[in-house]
Amino acid sequence: MSTSVLLILLLPLALSAFNGLMGLFVPAYRKNEWLIGGLGTLAVAIPFALTVRLFLGFHGEPEVASYFTWIAAGDLRIEFAYRIDQLSLVMTLIVTGVGALIHLYSIGYMHGDSGYWRFFPYLNLFIFAMLNLVLAENLLVLFLGWEGVGLCSYLLIGFWYTDLKNSAAANKAFIVNRIGDFAFLLALFIIFAVVTEKTDGAFGFDFTTLLAPETLGLFGAGTLMAVALLFFVGATGKSAQIPLFVWLPDAMAGPTPVSALIHAATMVTSGLYLLARLSPMVLMAPTAMTIIAIVGAMTAIMAATIAITQNDIKRVLAYSTVSQLGYMFLAAGVGAYFVAIFHVMTHAFFKACLFLGSGSVIHGMHEVQHELEHKGLLGSHGATIEDDPLKTVDLPYDGDFDAQDMRTMGGLKRFMPVTRWTFLIATLAIAGIPPLAGFFSKDEILFKAFELGYNGQIWGYIVWIVGVATAVLTAIYMTRAYLLTFEGTPRWPDAMDSQPHESPWTMTVPLVVLAALSVVGGFVGLPAVLGGSKIHHFLVHDGRGPVAAPHHELHVPVSIEWGLLFLGMAIAAAGVLFAWFVIRWGSRGPEADTSIRRFFGPLYGTFSRKYSVDELYQKVIVNPVVNGARRVFAPFDQNAVDGAVNGVAKLVQDIALRLRGVQTGVVQHYALAFVFGVAVVLALMLLR
Amino acid sequence: MHYAIRTMQLALNWYLSLSAILFVIGVLGVLVRRNAIVIFLSIELMLNAANLALVAFSQTFADVNGQVLVFFVMSVAAAEAAVGLAIIIALFRNKETVNVDEISLFRG
Repeated sequence: MSTSVLLILLLPLALSAFNGLMGLFVPAYRKNEWLIGGLGTLAVAIPFALTVRLFLGFHGEPEVASYFTWIAAGDLRIEFAYRIDQLSLVMTLIVTGVGALIHLYSIGYMHGDSGYWRFFPYLNLFIFAMLNLVLAENLLVLFLGWEGVGLCSYLLIGFWYTDLKNSAAANKAFIVNRIGDFAFLLALFIIFAVVTEKTDGAFGFDFTTLLAPETLGLFGAGTLMAVALLFFVGATGKSAQIPLFVWLPDAMAGPTPVSALIHAATMVTSGLYLLARLSPMVLMAPTAMTIIAIVGAMTAIMAATIAITQNDIKRVLAYSTVSQLGYMFLAAGVGAYFVAIFHVMTHAFFKACLFLGSGSVIHGMHEVQHELEHKGLLGSHGATIEDDPLKTVDLPYDGDFDAQDMRTMGGLKRFMPVTRWTFLIATLAIAGIPPLAGFFSKDEILFKAFELGYNGQIWGYIVWIVGVATAVLTAIYMTRAYLLTFEGTPRWPDAMDSQPHESPWTMTVPLVVLAALSVVGGFVGLPAVLGGSKIHHFLVHDGRGPVAAPHHELHVPVSIEWGLLFLGMAIAAAGVLFAWFVIRWGSRGPEADTSIRRFFGPLYGTFSRKYSVDELYQKVIVNPVVNGARRVFAPFDQNAVDGAVNGVAKLVQDIALRLRGVQTGVVQHYALAFVFGVAVVLALMLLR
Repeated sequence: MHYAIRTMQLALNWYLSLSAILFVIGVLGVLVRRNAIVIFLSIELMLNAANLALVAFSQTFADVNGQVLVFFVMSVAAAEAAVGLAIIIALFRNKETVNVDEISLFRG
């Protein structure tokens, strides 16, 4: 087992280094796109195969592979160790499986990009870091992966760094994540302080020790809550929850496969993974759980309302991701960690499919853009030409042609059938239409929230209601995105002659596989009335698995459970039908937005301004810090620091100016000084 | 024997006095004269004053080391004379003067 784990981890790292170094030092190597992409894909596909083998041979008992002692200092003794158990296996399967598909897709998507040779090493490095995160046996190795994925996210958001906008987005992601990472570190310090104070011997943050009831018993209720909340703050950074979600929509500046892999399927779910891994600890802090559930529910509905107003296809998906992550935190907060992981899995399938589908669409629209540029209808980079009336094109909005704007799309189903069908399946899956994957995971989350309310926790009902509302909104905005993109008539200029084409097989194969998984992925988590959830048994393992589950006194009657199941179906269908046949985004195009605008009234403005959170942060945090720095630190730097440096120079100069008179240049003056010196020495010797 | 030592010490005092006088003349010459050649001569005077003292001590205490040292001083003085005169010639070629107070290139 330990060899397999080592191979799983080192293959992505080794091939990342190989491709990266070869590309860096051998410019001719950069032209071998198939070699680079193929090696990059194999670096993830082989680990996936190995993981499947581990998974099939897994017998239910966690196994730990320890390689060497990483840090040994006093009471601190960190082993470099990895852990194979139900939770890490599920996560590793998702990371390597979806990751391999996205690598394959990238071969087609990144074709011809001048940074092609950089792209695959970054992606592989990300996979390596992510595997460290999910396979770690202790919190320090996990933190190593945690920071590693943050770095790779930064590198890949700013992949096209020549555009300042992209670099700014990368910085934003990195800086916002620092806040969460700081909380993570504080939690580690508290744990270390408590454990080493109350026990003898070395402590290494390993999960086996940390999550044992004896260790958890050392913590007071308040400390435990503080630790749980600090970990949650760490998770809000990585998993884009209120208040730290602002970086994720901007992170769409990166290439689309990156959005699919890092900012939808894997990295952003690492916050959930952390909470699930620490679930025995978090479960003991009920107040923290309530806060997690409420923050998750608020994030879910807030992001869903923003998503409904967005026109950039990737931004819709980005806010949708934030919203779905909110769902997962809602699940974690009500104690249903296994459902959260279940939703992580189904979400990885359909959201990766949606992102890759949008990438395929953008690929096609770029083709249209190049054709329009070629015909002289557009300037370079899609700029509209205004001074020549013959070449003016009509865009449905002000500004330049934007290959990601859904308002220029429409009717793409004729040109891109595979993309269309897979996108439609994934849309229905995320909307929660049975029997697709999203239905089961989302329904289970809502059921668990309801169950909590049923057991006397009123806030359980509250988050359930918010969850239901979010489900309706999700169905509406995702159907809107589908309809605006694929249905109706083409809205881009010169649509009769300039047409997009379906993407190459490297891009469509992953789409088809992910769409298939979006269809069948839900069956591992059937609700209790339909035969029970396999993934529940696998992860919780009757209380012996890695994921803890709370004990409820009252069981919701089967009739209510059926009722909720049908309610879930009904709201999902209602949302889709409402968007399709009542608002009619397909036939009416972007004008249909006015109906929604009228429905929400003044609230719509708030949604489309994204609740002005960025502006608020700018005003409340960024500006005061910048101004404070300008008023306090800049003067300090200019006066105190520079003053000290310049002062020393000035002092030396002043002394030198006074002493320069001594240096007359006349040899006899120096000789006189000699004589006096000799006289003094003689006098001292004689008179001593 | 006792008398002899006294006489020799008496003679030594004279030698040393002469040496001191020569040395002081040399020092004053270096300090007050402007002509580089004269300064140079004064330096030679100081060296030879020292030589005189060495020879006097050597004779008095019957120790040959002092005389050996004088040879060293003389050979170094010869080398120094060569270098010093070369400097003075170079100086004169450039500045048309050998007055040291007119040459203060290293004034701070």
